[in-house]
Amino acid sequence: MTKIAPKMYLSSGHSGCAGCCDAFAAKFTLMGTGPNCIVVNPTGCLEVMSTPFPLSSWKVPWIHSLFENGSAVASGVEAALKALGKKNDIKVIAIGGDGSTMDIGIGAISGAFERGHDFTYVCMDNEAYMNTGIQRSSGTPYDASTTTSPAGKFSFGNPRPKKNMPAIIAAHGSPYVATTSIGFPRDMIRKVKKATEIVGPTYIHSHAPCTTGWGFDTSKTLEIAKLAVETGLWPMYEMEYGEIMQVRRIKDPRPVEEYLRTQKRFKHLFTMEGGEKEIQKIQDSADWNIKHYGLK
Amino acid sequence: MINPADKEKMVVVEGSYAVAHSAKTCHPNVISAYPITPQTHIVENLAQFIADGKIPNCEYLNVESEFSAISSLIGAAAVGARTYSATTSQGLLLMHEALFNASGMRFPIIMTVTNRAVSAPINIWNDHQDAIAQRDTGWIQLYVEDVQEASDTLPQIYKIAEDHEIMLPGMVCMDGYILSHVYEPVVLLEQNLVDNFLPPFHPENVLDPEDPKTFGAFATPDTYEEFRYLQEQAMQKTLPKIEAVAKEFEEVFGRFHGGLVDGYMIEDAEIVIMGMGSVLGTVKDVVDQYRAKGEKIGVLKVRSFRPFPKEQILESIQNAHAVVVLDKNISIGTNEGALFTETKSCLYNSKVRIPLVGYTLGHGGRDIRIESIVKVVEGTKAAAKTGIMVESQFLDLKEELL
Repeated sequence: MTKIAPKMYLSSGHSGCAGCCDAFAAKFTLMGTGPNCIVVNPTGCLEVMSTPFPLSSWKVPWIHSLFENGSAVASGVEAALKALGKKNDIKVIAIGGDGSTMDIGIGAISGAFERGHDFTYVCMDNEAYMNTGIQRSSGTPYDASTTTSPAGKFSFGNPRPKKNMPAIIAAHGSPYVATTSIGFPRDMIRKVKKATEIVGPTYIHSHAPCTTGWGFDTSKTLEIAKLAVETGLWPMYEMEYGEIMQVRRIKDPRPVEEYLRTQKRFKHLFTMEGGEKEIQKIQDSADWNIKHYGLK
Repeated sequence: MINPADKEKMVVVEGSYAVAHSAKTCHPNVISAYPITPQTHIVENLAQFIADGKIPNCEYLNVESEFSAISSLIGAAAVGARTYSATTSQGLLLMHEALFNASGMRFPIIMTVTNRAVSAPINIWNDHQDAIAQRDTGWIQLYVEDVQEASDTLPQIYKIAEDHEIMLPGMVCMDGYILSHVYEPVVLLEQNLVDNFLPPFHPENVLDPEDPKTFGAFATPDTYEEFRYLQEQAMQKTLPKIEAVAKEFEEVFGRFHGGLVDGYMIEDAEIVIMGMGSVLGTVKDVVDQYRAKGEKIGVLKVRSFRPFPKEQILESIQNAHAVVVLDKNISIGTNEGALFTETKSCLYNSKVRIPLVGYTLGHGGRDIRIESIVKVVEGTKAAAKTGIMVESQFLDLKEELL
């Protein structure tokens, strides 16, 4: 039996870092959609690294407008396709980072989901503003050190937990909301495909470890992504109309310490006085996830 | 002057209705709407047309902000849709970032702006500060004098903006309340005539999976400047196009509101009053009074503020003894309105040497009365005789409030 390599709709040769999470996320997304799609990509690393004029890595139609308007642009694309009688099976996809999705673009994404456009929004969540140099976003996890939430004598880093964006989207009545991770490509491709086949506004939130921003070796991107899931810190589930229908179970959850140790952004937790207590708080949040989502 | 043939066809409607009707006849494919006074009647009327099935092949989006109103049209235009929205004041300011983007990406999105003052203090009445604040965004800006012109200018601006040599967005600026809420007799645009006048929109580049293209790429210092240059070149091409399209409109509809500029009693005028928008109606009444006394006063209506018609302005005012510019806006820190500053600048390297004075007036909807315009004319006559005493000033300040 011969295996046919899946077609890639994001060309190599872009200027993403070695081990770039956005490149993985974009590739897996396009493997889920196939070529019959239009991609809207708000400002961020992916846009910058893939389209230095006059070059482009995109083998599908692609548009970048601004940072905070990805969902609004996508809703215009979808409305225009309908009005012009061209919608047919064309899938409208928006791919944005955590900053553009959860912070500056949250008004636009809320509007687009409430209006019920037939599109799929993919959030590549690398848990900080990486394109501008690792600043804290509302996706940054508790105690992560970033350039605007640095650890210091009086700080363990980011003082707040991640915003629960999938729950916010689910509250809009979306027919399909799923969390996934670039560490599980088959899971991500399947969920993207499923999301695009459902009529209405659907949402995929993909965890995406950033080698530069998190501080780990460029060969470890997928490994660390898997660890986040295996510790329970990143639960993977599928929701239909707000109800959890499916979760990815983890038989033997790994201690969060294993995950935290791999990354410079958490290094201070292992050197600062009181760090142990902080690690315990993070372990508690993983345990809460395991219980709440029924991961075991 | 009303064309006698038009008189028969006139109906009395609200300005906003006439504009919505005009937008309907242009066959938009995507309309985005967000309420803001005094624009809202336009999108309400369009919503009713949609509800009644009167705009075929059109999607109407109730967006959650003006920022998304313009952003959704960016996406729609990229697919090849003809697009429309209407806004004003704070809404237009909220769009600011995306206005640059729409122009830079060369999408001929069209909006009606019902001009309104900006906050603070919050004020819902008319002046031009909102649109003037967008002058550098790369949008065509046409200012209209009455409801008929607000309505007639929409198909014109689509035709200008969608020219493949141009491909720039445009706004028709009409005075909020004064024109948007007034009921006056107008000819509602006839669908068959609009169809003859305005061809369907077929952009050269669209988002299409059959022929994938990249829109909105990242430009480094190696290429960015050329994008800006080409944008300016496109805007320069609108100068003759605006004139040509106004004439084509006249051939089809029998009405002409001016091209880039329009003169009234200007050929032999010694004093010329320049301005934009509905204030020109009052100004023309004052001019009629002066003409009745034998005084040579004339008016230059500036219809196109972007592109700025330097040549046409120079040519129109070159024989005047003095010119006064009326601005319903101010660039704080210059004590001048934009039309005044820019008119002065286009005189500098020319051979035209005449005194030019400016008044900034009508802020936040303050009435501009005949007596005030008379005061302006008398001041300008004095400047022509004895030279400029005050170059630019506020008109009708209430000293007791200061």
